[in-house]
Amino acid sequence: MMTIQGKGVSAGIGMGPLYFFRRAAAEAPCYTVQDAQAEWQRFKDAQAMAVEQLGDLAEKARAEAGDDAAFLFETHQMMAEDMDYEEAIEGVIREELLNAETAVSRACDQFVEMFASMDDSYMQARAADIRDVSRRILSILCGTVQGSIASDVPVLLAADDLAPSETIQLDKSKILGFITAGGSGSSHTAILARTMGIPAIVGVGDALRMEYEGRSVIVDGSTGAVFIDPDEDTTRRMTQRREEQVARQKMLETLKGQENVTRDGRSIRVYCNIGAPEDVDAVLANDGGGIGLFRSEFLYLNAETYPTEDEQFEAYKAVLTRMDGREVIIRTCDIGADKQIDYFDLPREENPAMGMRALRISLSRPDFFRTQLRALYRASAYGKLGIMFPMVTSVWEVREAKKLIERVKAELTQEGVPFSEHVQIGIMIETPAAAVMSDVLAREVDFFSCGTNDLTQYTLACDRQNNDLDRFYDPHHPAVLRLIRMVVENAHKNGIWVGVCGELGADLSMAETFLSIGVDELSVTPRAVLPLRRTIREANLIGKAQEILAALDRGTV
Amino acid sequence: MFEFVYTIKDPVGIHARPAGLLSKEGRKYKSAITVEKDGNAVNVLKLMALMKLGVKCGETVTVRVEGEDEAVAGPAMQAFFSANL
Repeated sequence: MMTIQGKGVSAGIGMGPLYFFRRAAAEAPCYTVQDAQAEWQRFKDAQAMAVEQLGDLAEKARAEAGDDAAFLFETHQMMAEDMDYEEAIEGVIREELLNAETAVSRACDQFVEMFASMDDSYMQARAADIRDVSRRILSILCGTVQGSIASDVPVLLAADDLAPSETIQLDKSKILGFITAGGSGSSHTAILARTMGIPAIVGVGDALRMEYEGRSVIVDGSTGAVFIDPDEDTTRRMTQRREEQVARQKMLETLKGQENVTRDGRSIRVYCNIGAPEDVDAVLANDGGGIGLFRSEFLYLNAETYPTEDEQFEAYKAVLTRMDGREVIIRTCDIGADKQIDYFDLPREENPAMGMRALRISLSRPDFFRTQLRALYRASAYGKLGIMFPMVTSVWEVREAKKLIERVKAELTQEGVPFSEHVQIGIMIETPAAAVMSDVLAREVDFFSCGTNDLTQYTLACDRQNNDLDRFYDPHHPAVLRLIRMVVENAHKNGIWVGVCGELGADLSMAETFLSIGVDELSVTPRAVLPLRRTIREANLIGKAQEILAALDRGTV
Repeated sequence: MFEFVYTIKDPVGIHARPAGLLSKEGRKYKSAITVEKDGNAVNVLKLMALMKLGVKCGETVTVRVEGEDEAVAGPAMQAFFSANL
């Protein structure tokens, strides 16, 4: 047995023979022609056939993946018939008397370069579309068929990477899983695999060799492992896991669209935590009610220097637009402590967890904070936005942050830039100080969100990073739970709501406790939404809620 | 010639999808329909050139409709912009 490790981007276990995706020869022949008119006609015929194929693909995509996927191919159709593209091809054929294949290749390069040079990442990505369209016309000209699966039995499909048109035209009943050498979690293959519930592993690199074709393989889409010629033990283990997963997934699917309500009628909102715009796919696929924590750090961590207002605006807008009116709570920059960034140029600290971090940085660097707030307010016009500040300890910090918000709103009004007047402002409750002061803080904001990881660390004086403290770092500690209960009571007295967005929120054993305390929202990783929903729907707190609260009073939780 | 000035309200600007819709709409008329931004005028039938203009939300374009059916096509394009862009 041989094991190759990649990145699992679509969960599930697939077993079967390995099959390599075959693509038409990339190298097009180049020769001169005598009859330019005939050669031009050859191109026109190939173009017409490409347009027809794309029309069929659009219909297939519509049936399998919806209107958005179909539109991709309709756009490809229009690209294939684009006048400038045609003109470039005609020029090469008529003026240089070169064959249609060469003309198409050259036009392709020219337009790829045009899109790649635009200062807009979305437009740059369109270069892949023109390449895809040109490849289609080329394979028609060359008389080769586009890649297909010439196997009678279903296979695990391996490829360097797959273009959207290639993925969609494959016969899905023949695919047990995808393995690609390149690609990422947001590549077309990954997205399609997740939509269709097929396991997929990307980024296995050159460990995947053509010579493995036909060998028996098992892929585990949740861990990213590829087993080639699996031994008996692995096969047994994986078969069992697959059966469990299938049964579990079937059960969870039935929970989509259901309410998060207990048998005795207590309801709670279940939202998602995300770290990047592409995570919205998972939120939608798992039926998350909203986004309770969108960590804005990815913008800073993936950059060489401070992200601009426009860059931030585009990212926030993308998430708000895709969530289509559902609540999205974005946390302002939470850099510092365990997330250090060079260009922030923060001084070395003995104890960064208690140092210059999060809102403290934002308030110390008002220009930097203003950029983020402007981007957030500009994006607020595109959905239902909430803004939340991390690491609050004092009431003055919140007032100062709100003052900055008022200034940003005044600026935008003056500039005539639209923004929403209904943005909710909230704070993270992750320090004991904020929990103790929550009665006063509740009058300043629209909501609280308890960050249980830091709240536990600061309440119990246990460093989260220190593994030796495991026994002492107990998020179920009654001190932590009493603080959360106090926060909820103070919030409700002042008519505001409370969420829990730390890891504890997804802890199924805690769901009944949170329901008893009266937490209004739990924000969890997308794949935890449906399991949590099941736990909530199975709970009955009549009599039990009092027991849980009494145990908290006794301190014996 | 029928001419109007329009400020793009679609949050994504004239990206692939709206550009595609615009190109499709343009094919319904005999008139030449151009979209101009910063002095660059592009025929709406040319999808890729239209995308290349890179028109973003909040930017203003000038649309010109010229041809035998401009009396019908002009107002129709104006309505199309208001409804889709």
